[in-house]
Amino acid sequence: MPGSPPSTGRRIAIVGGGPAGLTAAGELVKSGHDVTIFEALHQPGGVLVYGIPEFRLPKKIVDQEVGRLQQAGVKIECNVVIGRTYTIPELRARFDAVFIANGAGLPVFMGVPGENLKGVYSANEYLTRVNLMAAYEFPQSDTPVLLGKRVAVIGGGNVAMDSARTARRLGADTSTIVYRRTRQEMPARAEEVRHAGQEGIRFEMLAAPVEVLGNPQRWVTGLKCVRMQLGAPDASGRRSPTPIPDSAFTMECDVVVVAVGTRANPLLTATCPDLKLDRRGNIVVDATGMTSLPGVFAGGDIVRGAATVILAMGDGKRAAGAIDRYLASAPRQ
Amino acid sequence: MHLITARTQLSPNVTRLDVVAPRIAEIRQSGQFVIVRRAAGAERIPLTIADADRAKGTIALVIQAVGKSTRELVALQPGASIQDISGPLGRPTELISAGRALCIGGGVGTAVVHPIAQGLHGNGVGVVSVIGGRSREWVIFEEELRRLGEVRVCTDDGSYGRKGFVTDVARDVLAEGGIDVVYAVGPVPMMRAVVNLTRPLNVRTVVSLNPVMVDGTGMCGGCRVNVGGETRFACVDGPEFDGLLVDFDLLSDRLGTYRSHEQLALSRHDEACRIGLKS
Repeated sequence: MPGSPPSTGRRIAIVGGGPAGLTAAGELVKSGHDVTIFEALHQPGGVLVYGIPEFRLPKKIVDQEVGRLQQAGVKIECNVVIGRTYTIPELRARFDAVFIANGAGLPVFMGVPGENLKGVYSANEYLTRVNLMAAYEFPQSDTPVLLGKRVAVIGGGNVAMDSARTARRLGADTSTIVYRRTRQEMPARAEEVRHAGQEGIRFEMLAAPVEVLGNPQRWVTGLKCVRMQLGAPDASGRRSPTPIPDSAFTMECDVVVVAVGTRANPLLTATCPDLKLDRRGNIVVDATGMTSLPGVFAGGDIVRGAATVILAMGDGKRAAGAIDRYLASAPRQ
Repeated sequence: MHLITARTQLSPNVTRLDVVAPRIAEIRQSGQFVIVRRAAGAERIPLTIADADRAKGTIALVIQAVGKSTRELVALQPGASIQDISGPLGRPTELISAGRALCIGGGVGTAVVHPIAQGLHGNGVGVVSVIGGRSREWVIFEEELRRLGEVRVCTDDGSYGRKGFVTDVARDVLAEGGIDVVYAVGPVPMMRAVVNLTRPLNVRTVVSLNPVMVDGTGMCGGCRVNVGGETRFACVDGPEFDGLLVDFDLLSDRLGTYRSHEQLALSRHDEACRIGLKS
């Protein structure tokens, strides 16, 4: 390939083919390293293909970017779950450096009664079915999704906006964001909130779900909420919501999407006991992005908790630079 | 792509496919599963690794043809390939290292019990397997399990082995005494019945659950089950759990989430086969 850099002969493993991993791969292959991405799903892209809907990021763009990386020499092995198929110590033995960017992981539920009724989804499951598995084409595609007529999405982040807009585009008569604070406190980007409003998404603010209601066949029929009011600012600087006594109300719905965040996936870290974690199970890194294991770097949501594609890409770029410098000073294996 | 090297019809609707997957064959442990996606556009479905041949680099998948996705899988012949197989997933079975175990397999669940019995046998544990099916032709993995210990067979109609359910035979085995742990895999009503049998005897009982899954890595939470009052994800916390603590009603209910979708997909599939668009 014209202009391809001289090979350094150094091999780098990247865990996860999402925004952080893809960005790091692009930078590292430019420096002449031999880069292999290990992706757990059947397709690279991470949240760009399973999470972010087509109307915000056409899959064609992701495919083009991935294709460009492959042309530049990046190898991608799909269906490899690090922590199960291989462990980090096994990768470390085969590669000169490792970059862990396996994403956020397990969805958090609210812990309210009725959360296991049929029709309650995590945002991860709802969006994965629709985006990665093309459930919007069912039965032409094989993976189904429940098409709610009245969908309630719980949460105030970008993922909640994506879920609510997806529900609307799948034909829901009403798609409502249920959030316990107000628009000012919403973690979603203002633009996403505005776009949701333009598409007819309803906003039920200062409302906190206390129970998912169901019929005798255990299908979702509604959401019981209490009204909240904002009190003094909490540790994060946001005014913390408290319930107003005797303010319970019920909204009818047939699908509930829970978009209140994720916690660290334990699969990888459980099989690498030497990797230092914080109390939430996220990987601890130094200023360069290196973990407690020499030559093993990490970035994106597995370090930050649930953050954004942009921050993950920044981590990927920074880690690539740090890996470059690390390899320049590290002895060849 | 994963080449299919052998296809065996085990019972009228249960098929074994031996598939090339060397890394999984090398490291799989009892109780683990894979997620299979037959081809582009197909569902991701979890299947237990029923057996593995390290030398050949193959794993055995045992599939009950119930819906469109499973019918399409069992229609694959040797020489054809499965596009995606990811794994091994799930926690390995907690195997005891001494004593005697009772392994109960109902229908296709017998294929899931097999690797557990393999692991127990490898640990030097005495294995009694109780397996059953509707009639003789529905009994699977008998020969394989006989290599690992004693096997007692029953059929609903009495056409082979004892007439009755696996729980009837299991009751006798338990009454004979000396069983340290029970592993039971089969349809939800069967596992529930086994647990009802073992609970008063206070015998540790492990069941393997088969909820709906998408990614199999903990990301979606679709496979959540209730164990001892807590929500657990079968893909990362299981698939095996303490049967005495499992909420089987919830499992059974959630397994019905897509029943109408499955019927629609299946009727379209059958119609396409009938008019010759598919074989």
